[in-house]
Amino acid sequence: MSNRSFSGRKAAHFLSSNSVPIMFILIIAVCIPIVGFSPAFLLNEIVTRLSRNAFLILSLLIPIMAGMGLNFGMTLGAMAAEIALIFTSDWQIWGIPGIVLAMIISIPISAVLGLLCGKILNAARGREMITSYIISFFMNGVYQLIVLYMMGSIIPILHNNIKLPRGYGIRSSVDLTRIRKALDNVLAVNIGGVRIPLLTILIIVLMCLIIVWFRRTKLGQDMRAVGQDMEVARAAGINVERTRLISIVISTVLAGIGMVIYLQNMGDMATYSSHSQIGMFCIAALLVGGASVDKASIGNVFLGVILFHTMFILAPAAGARITGNEVIGEYFRVFVSYGVITVALIMYETKKRREKAGIGEQLAAAQREEGKAHA
Amino acid sequence: MSNTTPLLQMKSIRKNFFGNQVLKDINLTLNEGEVLGLVGENGAGKSTLMKILFGMNEIRETGGYEGDILMNGEKVTIGTSFDALAHGIGMVHQEFSLIPGFTATENILLNREPQKKSIMSEVFGQRLNITDRKKMDAASAAAIDKMGVQIDGGMVISDMPVGHKQFTEIARELSKDNLKLLILDEPTAVLTEQEALALLDSIRAMSRRGIAVIFITHRLQEILDVCDTVAVMRDGVLVQRIPAAETSIPEITRWMVGRNIDTDHSGRRPVPETEPIMTIEHLWVDMPGETVRDVNLEVRRGEILGIGGLAGQGKLGIPNGIMGLYASGGSVTFDGESIPLNQPRRCLDRQLAFVSEDRRGVGLLLHESLEWNISFPAMQIHDKFLRSLLGGLIKWRDDRAIQEVTRKYIDELQIRCTGPRQKAKELSGGNQQKICLAKAFALEPKFLFVSEPTRGIDVGAKALVLQALEKFNRESGVTIVMISSELEELRSVCDRIAIVSGGRIAGILPAVESSERFGELMVSQVI
Repeated sequence: MSNRSFSGRKAAHFLSSNSVPIMFILIIAVCIPIVGFSPAFLLNEIVTRLSRNAFLILSLLIPIMAGMGLNFGMTLGAMAAEIALIFTSDWQIWGIPGIVLAMIISIPISAVLGLLCGKILNAARGREMITSYIISFFMNGVYQLIVLYMMGSIIPILHNNIKLPRGYGIRSSVDLTRIRKALDNVLAVNIGGVRIPLLTILIIVLMCLIIVWFRRTKLGQDMRAVGQDMEVARAAGINVERTRLISIVISTVLAGIGMVIYLQNMGDMATYSSHSQIGMFCIAALLVGGASVDKASIGNVFLGVILFHTMFILAPAAGARITGNEVIGEYFRVFVSYGVITVALIMYETKKRREKAGIGEQLAAAQREEGKAHA
Repeated sequence: MSNTTPLLQMKSIRKNFFGNQVLKDINLTLNEGEVLGLVGENGAGKSTLMKILFGMNEIRETGGYEGDILMNGEKVTIGTSFDALAHGIGMVHQEFSLIPGFTATENILLNREPQKKSIMSEVFGQRLNITDRKKMDAASAAAIDKMGVQIDGGMVISDMPVGHKQFTEIARELSKDNLKLLILDEPTAVLTEQEALALLDSIRAMSRRGIAVIFITHRLQEILDVCDTVAVMRDGVLVQRIPAAETSIPEITRWMVGRNIDTDHSGRRPVPETEPIMTIEHLWVDMPGETVRDVNLEVRRGEILGIGGLAGQGKLGIPNGIMGLYASGGSVTFDGESIPLNQPRRCLDRQLAFVSEDRRGVGLLLHESLEWNISFPAMQIHDKFLRSLLGGLIKWRDDRAIQEVTRKYIDELQIRCTGPRQKAKELSGGNQQKICLAKAFALEPKFLFVSEPTRGIDVGAKALVLQALEKFNRESGVTIVMISSELEELRSVCDRIAIVSGGRIAGILPAVESSERFGELMVSQVI
């Protein structure tokens, strides 16, 4: 076989396995000149969004490692963080202490929700993605019950400014102005007009290091084994169910902490909707970064955040420039994020099928060569 | 080799699956470092015996076994695989049980990784220990060294050739310090010749280290090359146990297949010398576990052709590939015209029918009535049992015709049921098989593939099913190709029998030939 066809096939393989990121890079390359944003503005936006979202997306990595796919269980962690923030706002603990306290309060709530979710997902093996998605809908109902009816009536809420006028239930928006960017502003530096929230970035880097370290632990090794072949892992004596459960709990707890980081950057919390789209956007970003249902790396997280959010910044402006209507751009970015998830899922399945068909081709090729040898 | 207490003694082992006695009073002893070759046809009970020894779940779930197992003279109970491992018994299964994305080293030491403590593990427990890569590399290198072959511990399994995967599995067992007995279930089946030779060498190396090996294979030459002792099983009985040096391949083959009752071949019709109705050329089929590599075969019009061979050699792949259930290639000509492969509907349109070995999966609509099961394909494919209304605009089901035909087959095949409306899932295995046949007969095909028609059914039903096939062939002139693992069954109804070995046709003989000749063909090209 000639060398050229080999390198050609390698290039084709690279293109097909990275088609989603490449597609996004192309779209962005087209959009940038149309929109005409200054590089400083664009960079500023990207850095802000990177520090805002990266931690949340990192929380998705561990369940993928354990073979549980793209997991909407993180939505549960987001809910826990919101409940924690409602309390800290009510107790009027602001700034860094407020953020730290919110993180601490969110941990037990996330852990309990994660345990519940993990138990259910163990019963629905192989269908984790859709099951966790539906669980997040169901838990959204429970969340509403707690926040809309119980808070202020059963659960004591001290201050009226976050309660609905009727006396119980939380307003649809909770003001977090006083913890806004509290984390980001510590150690923030300005480089060439780009503001870098150093502490938040350090926390994210630390999280990456923890994930790298975690892969090397016995638990991490077990998770990777379970993720690739549950039956083999079980035969080797690994407690498969427990390992999967732990991975989901770790993921929801991390998602809770990530959501606190996300909301402190926003400075405002939409009580009933902040959590509902966060899972979808995080998963879309990870897929845009080139991850698949069974494989995701830290590199995918960063590439994904950068590409997906650059798209988010550019799309409405580009839409406005081209059609004179900003709504079109807004529509486009929602459309794209769902589209990305769909395309990534289809590509995952076709890839699996193509690998299977490969065996047949090998058989045919072996026969052809044997035929030649005989002739 | 010590002559004191044997390493392993199995005493009067019996096992029945749902009243079906598959092991009858097996007695087997094995000394330290002894290599025992275990041979037998499929269904002879080899696998069941090994599953008992290795404590597989399947045995416990079906009611355990009777008899005693002694290790070093002490009675042991083996309830689970973990018990077996604790007693120093290791097993390498036919199917690989490896993590594809892990390196050989990670697989060899799976869940037994050497670990280092860390601060986090002091707080959160053992599982946050760090895996000690250096010690892992050393331990896997030591295990690989015991085999005496070269494989790269750092290589990821999915990038490995098949042979190296097999060696990785063996190394995993060898890395267990207390290993005394290793069971190898057809380890050479997937290996190239070179790799198989290397494996035989490593078996010798293990034996020198005092590890006893039970070696299951269909390649009899390997048995003679490497084993100290040969044990032959047939129909759940250990028929022969003899030092390998004192026997030969023809003798072993005879013990494997030879039943002393000679089938009566008088009153047989002569083998039909008609023109071919189906010509198969260079067929390959990608059916997992039954790969067909290169099959060339001519089926004569009006005959009953048997296809036999050992399990996993590809005999089941032939009908499944031609009928389009698994991806296939090559060329198939039927009645002068070529049949497009991978399109089941086109085969059915050409009046080919297939009774699958997978009764419950492919063969039956389990939750539907017998009438539906029998008439459904005929209705779908040939518009039978349908009345046209309004000039064919609406097709109406002809329930009366359906009932009639169902009753006819219930009588003819003596199907035991409460009536045509009974659900298929409520019938016994034998009666379900008869429904599958009735379904194929109702299609009125020109050509019929029947795959393992008597698998898992009792003797009475067996005879009826075979009679029905013979009658269908004689009365309707339908050409039948019957695939079965039971040679005697093929010999009783077929005109000619083709033996598949290694995904190819090893030879075609008239059914009246002696069973030894068939046995030789079966093991001729085993891979």
